[in-house]
Amino acid sequence: MSLLEFARGPALEGALIIFVFGIFWRLIGALTASPPILLAKPRRQDTFIAGMRAILTRSWPLEEFHNIIWFQHYSGYIWHISFFIVLLFFQPHIAFFTSLTGLSWPGLPNNVILVVAAIAVATLIALLVRRLRYRVLRQISNADDYISWVATILPLITGFMAYSHTGGRYETLLALHLLSVELLLLWFPFGKLMHAILAFPARFQIGAAFGRRGVRA
Amino acid sequence: MPITTTLGEILRARGVGRREFLQFCTGIATLLALPSAMIPRIAEALEKARRPSVIWLSFQECTGCTESLTRSHDPSLENLIFNAISLDYHHTLQAASGQGAEAARTQAMKDNKGKFLLVVDGSVPVANPGYSTIAGISNLDMLLEAAEEAFAVIAVGSCAAFGGIPHASPNPTGAVAISKALPGKRIINVPGCPPIATAITGVLAHFLTFGAIPELDQLGRPLVFYGQTVHDRCYRRPYYEKGWFARRFDDEGAKKGWCLYLLGCKGPVTYNACPVTKWNQGTSYPIESGHGCIGCSEPNFWDQGGFYRSLPQGQWGGAGTLTLAAGLGAAIGAGATLAARRRQNQAREESQ
Repeated sequence: MSLLEFARGPALEGALIIFVFGIFWRLIGALTASPPILLAKPRRQDTFIAGMRAILTRSWPLEEFHNIIWFQHYSGYIWHISFFIVLLFFQPHIAFFTSLTGLSWPGLPNNVILVVAAIAVATLIALLVRRLRYRVLRQISNADDYISWVATILPLITGFMAYSHTGGRYETLLALHLLSVELLLLWFPFGKLMHAILAFPARFQIGAAFGRRGVRA
Repeated sequence: MPITTTLGEILRARGVGRREFLQFCTGIATLLALPSAMIPRIAEALEKARRPSVIWLSFQECTGCTESLTRSHDPSLENLIFNAISLDYHHTLQAASGQGAEAARTQAMKDNKGKFLLVVDGSVPVANPGYSTIAGISNLDMLLEAAEEAFAVIAVGSCAAFGGIPHASPNPTGAVAISKALPGKRIINVPGCPPIATAITGVLAHFLTFGAIPELDQLGRPLVFYGQTVHDRCYRRPYYEKGWFARRFDDEGAKKGWCLYLLGCKGPVTYNACPVTKWNQGTSYPIESGHGCIGCSEPNFWDQGGFYRSLPQGQWGGAGTLTLAAGLGAAIGAGATLAARRRQNQAREESQ
């Protein structure tokens, strides 16, 4: 079995199985976890609205902290949007999703994808530099942060190489790209990347809990 | 009988003049991607070259490889090379049959011990030797006997080079490539289904000219023909670079000649010279005819998930396995939560 056959076949299937298993394990575990014991009388009843409001208000920087966190905040937006454009609108990726879901949608020209992918990579590098440069941020970072960074940037770099046929034979580069995606799938449910699934439920829960206490979230 | 006549003598006997002979040498230089400065050396080498004995064995195959060679479109080159060898055994082409044919084979092997070229097309069944026999001799026995005294072995076609279609899952005959049946033997693989006639004759031309085998890649294929991918030399590649892909065989993209990558073309991972040499008297090659490359010169090309499954689509089991994984993950997640709740309740009761 060649490296590409391994990457397209058993490695991909194994990574998808662990990815789906891990996501459901953590998501169902989080959703069915014991609710906190509430002994105090609630100050507000509309906790659902408070939770939904928290999802929205946490989507932009609080005015009080704007000057401190604006770079991290907006670069986060740039990174996520550019990553999802590359993920969802590069035509070979659409072919992959079509094989998974049966759904298909129009893609973007390669030139656009290349520019957006370059922005994604540059943003990730800038965020890493920032993390390493600031002492507090560096001290609260752990291995999970760096593994997640590597697992996220590798598919972009190997994707560049595969698209441009740079650095080796195409079948090797495509296999490396697929293997890097599989690494991402394997790490996703067990590290901080899981925030993609848990971010909004977590915001809602915090907002609802704060709302119950009459505190702005 | 031993071969004593030189190639120059044979060609002169066939009425090939000096000018035609030099044209032939130029053709060989072009075929092997050699500089023009090599032409005099090729001429000198060919003039003195002895007509080599060739034994051609056909095992589990469809005769497409022989068809490819005998129906080649460039008679001035392919035929000259074909006539320049002494084809002492080829059970599809020879007039003799039965014991007479086998006697010719063993005689040729004896007379040209250590000097003859062994060409093989088709794979060898090892699960049961009875699946394929010639004159009551199993393919494996005949191969082992012939290869022992051969100067070099040329595996022609994907069945001989990599097992090909007989080797495809579930491989009922236990078909193996010639390289697997002859471990340790230096083998020149000329894969393709069928291989390009020029690639077959190119290897023979190289042997005739230099008396040695050409430079090979890691799969034993001559680099001069298999050094680049079909995609590298595809005229549709600019469309790939731009991201202009046909999505169906009858859509506007297909009509405009856009890249067939998303329709399953295996050109980017297939090493062959189809875009350069083309087929049917240089008319076209599969991609030019509107169909993606099926990757026939690569190992296991039949088992890559389907000719119309594109490379990015992968080869995975299906939604059933993922549904099972989701169910199992949900069950374990819920089970862990229930166990945690039970522990909390017990702790609470004990503290009260």
